[in-house]
Amino acid sequence: MSAILQGAGAATSLSPFNSIDSNKLVPPSRSSLSVRSKRYIVAESNVIKSFGSGLITRRSKPLIANAVATKRENAASSTSSKPGHELLLFEALQEGLEEEMDRDPHVCVMGEDVGHYGGSYKVTKGLADKFGDLRVLDTPICENAFTGMGIGAAMTGLRPVIEGMNMGFLLLAFNQISNNCGMLHYTSGGQFTIPVVIRGPGGVGRQLGAEHSQRLESYFQSIPGIQMVACSTPYNAKGLMKAAIRSENPVILFEHVLLYNLKESIPDEEYICNLEEAEMVRPGEHITILTYSRMRYHVMQAAKTLVNKGYDPEVIDIRSLKPFDLYTIGNSVKKTHRVLIVEECMRTGGIGASLTAAINENFHDYLDAPVMCLSSQDVPTPYAGTLEEWTVVQPAQIVTAVEHLCQ
Amino acid sequence: MATSFSPTNLTTTVSLHGSQESRISLPIRLSPPSSFLGSTISLSVNSPRKLNASRRSPIVGVQEIVKQKKPTNSLLITKEEGLVLYEDMILGRSFEDMCAQMYYRGKMFGFVHLYNGQEAVSTGFIKLLTKTDSVVSTYRDHVHALSKGVSARAVMSELFGKVTGCCRGQGGSMHMFSKEHNMLGGFAFIGEGIPVATGAAFTSKYKRDVLKQNCEDVTVAFFGDGTCNNGQFYECLNMAALYKLPIIFVVENNLWAIGMSHLRSTSDPEIWKKGPAFGMPGVHVDGMDVLKVREVAKEAVTRARRGEGPTLVECETYRFRGHSLADPDELRDAAEKAKYAARDPITALKKYLTENKLANEAELKSIEKKIDELVEEAVEFADASPQPGRSQLLENVFADPKGFGIGPDGKYRCEDPKFTEGTAQV
Repeated sequence: MSAILQGAGAATSLSPFNSIDSNKLVPPSRSSLSVRSKRYIVAESNVIKSFGSGLITRRSKPLIANAVATKRENAASSTSSKPGHELLLFEALQEGLEEEMDRDPHVCVMGEDVGHYGGSYKVTKGLADKFGDLRVLDTPICENAFTGMGIGAAMTGLRPVIEGMNMGFLLLAFNQISNNCGMLHYTSGGQFTIPVVIRGPGGVGRQLGAEHSQRLESYFQSIPGIQMVACSTPYNAKGLMKAAIRSENPVILFEHVLLYNLKESIPDEEYICNLEEAEMVRPGEHITILTYSRMRYHVMQAAKTLVNKGYDPEVIDIRSLKPFDLYTIGNSVKKTHRVLIVEECMRTGGIGASLTAAINENFHDYLDAPVMCLSSQDVPTPYAGTLEEWTVVQPAQIVTAVEHLCQ
Repeated sequence: MATSFSPTNLTTTVSLHGSQESRISLPIRLSPPSSFLGSTISLSVNSPRKLNASRRSPIVGVQEIVKQKKPTNSLLITKEEGLVLYEDMILGRSFEDMCAQMYYRGKMFGFVHLYNGQEAVSTGFIKLLTKTDSVVSTYRDHVHALSKGVSARAVMSELFGKVTGCCRGQGGSMHMFSKEHNMLGGFAFIGEGIPVATGAAFTSKYKRDVLKQNCEDVTVAFFGDGTCNNGQFYECLNMAALYKLPIIFVVENNLWAIGMSHLRSTSDPEIWKKGPAFGMPGVHVDGMDVLKVREVAKEAVTRARRGEGPTLVECETYRFRGHSLADPDELRDAAEKAKYAARDPITALKKYLTENKLANEAELKSIEKKIDELVEEAVEFADASPQPGRSQLLENVFADPKGFGIGPDGKYRCEDPKFTEGTAQV
């Protein structure tokens, strides 16, 4: 079985190696570092000081049977030994929210249809009955004003969770989010904190049309003073929700419309997830795949195919979109030397673009290949099913990209 | 026409049912507005607007209540109150004059918007508030901060951009914040502060109804006539009336939004009428007369404290200077300026105090002298204060700095093994 890749060679010599397909590898020289053609530089002389020994042992890695991490590996930070309870992602969000509202009477929810209707995606179901109409406030349709109201309430002592019925609607609140939410802590010289959580479903759904299928992570990421996280499983949805509510920073929590019905078993006892931490979904050796939200599942699907083809991808769900967890990502890059970013955000100015820049800036020396970024197309999401499918990144494209990078 | 302070002529009747009796005539320009741009309704008094009969709500115009309630003595204020009001207005005026001087000497930069002429509104409202009540303002916020209790030193230092400013030099003229005095800013975009004020009022209501604390705090939101064409204003009027929030919306209608006359930009220039459309009383008051403003303010604040909901108060006022210190102010008619200069609120209050034997010239002079010294001392303090150091640049971006990627040693955290120690305390 020739599906064994070798990473960057030893610091001193270029050892010959078997490649999968035809031997496209050329003996690298320092000058060919700048040539980024289909042939990728695999070994660099005296660049990496301490990694030589670690890489040679890769030669005899056995085939990894299990492409998708097991549940135990998934809930890596879970310390529970007794079985938890199974629930869907939106129920996990609700559970997190309810626990925080029980714990701190200053936590309140504001949004359209969050109260009596129970939330358009049922995340706040039953909360209005339990906590009352003022704590779970049904607002009129005025995003800018009720986001501002949430910010004013946060400045004066409450901890509101502002729900946008769809993340796209928060474009109407951009004035308040950018000017007040992000800035007021700084502009007031640190006097006022804005412990607000802005959450809502976003992303490309099933033929919802252009305006309801927006990927807004990139629009918010430049705002100074805002923290952004994206949840992808019931476990981290609940954990991130709780952490976001307890954080003193304004946090934007991105959920995805298509992930609300994911089922998973989560621990019974209380836990939170760190807001700045990335999640190791599947450890590997050959390539680092960075992803978040729904694309995680496309990546895992592609990973199955990749494993069958003999690759060993390391999949990291970055979770924290601002700031990036460059610690986890950095360690991974130092191990695998190849990075593929798979995201649903747009190509131009997206999260992937920022992440590529950050990785290139910080880990340039550790890279054997240019960072590749698969994003969705820079188009308004079309309605037609086929077109919509081609807008986002599909598993087949991920497989091709990995093969490309790992030649 | 000099304003008279006698109680019978206190305010004009503004009823909610549309018809207007004696209205203070709007200081219109001599030529009517063009038919295309601006108001197409005639500004004469004889065009009553009948509200829909079904809209007849039990909310009575605030001024009606005030009018009925004639004080037993003919004076509206006591001597102490009068002196407090006078001192506050003199402080506002002197401070702003000093700002202009300092700006032209190159001590402060950027956009500085002065409040000369509008002091009656700030003093009239804010001197009725307690320390825990909140005030939200716009970029013309120096005097609101001063009236609320922020020291002249802190405001002047902030304008100079020094560390000792109320926002450590990070906010500037348009962002005066004070947690201690509950001054919630200072916002540069118009209308941006109104939702924040609504939020502060929401917190008061929340504390009372959910947390069962004894909270009677009200919020006063100040903004201008230009803001009244902005969506955020209407959205907040709706929510405030809907949830019966303890907030008072104060429109400082000085008729000009930089160079845009209020009449040219608003289809119906009578802003107080927009209150009843949302189910709250709308009141129009002479904003050049601090005592009238104070009477209306008392009623509005009491209403809010009792839990009866918001009020919209339109104060007809005027700014003696340009929109900002960079504005040449060429567009406004000299006759209009002269007319309002004759109604200077400070002169009027001084006249009232002396005529009604509440204070004599010497006392007022001593107040003026005291304020002069205070403002001078504030300038000296600000001059002597240090400028912010480099390390202050990245402080306070996040309340919880672990989230920023900059470690405590000031270096970027990607190599820090402890980086992912959690944000929240469990």
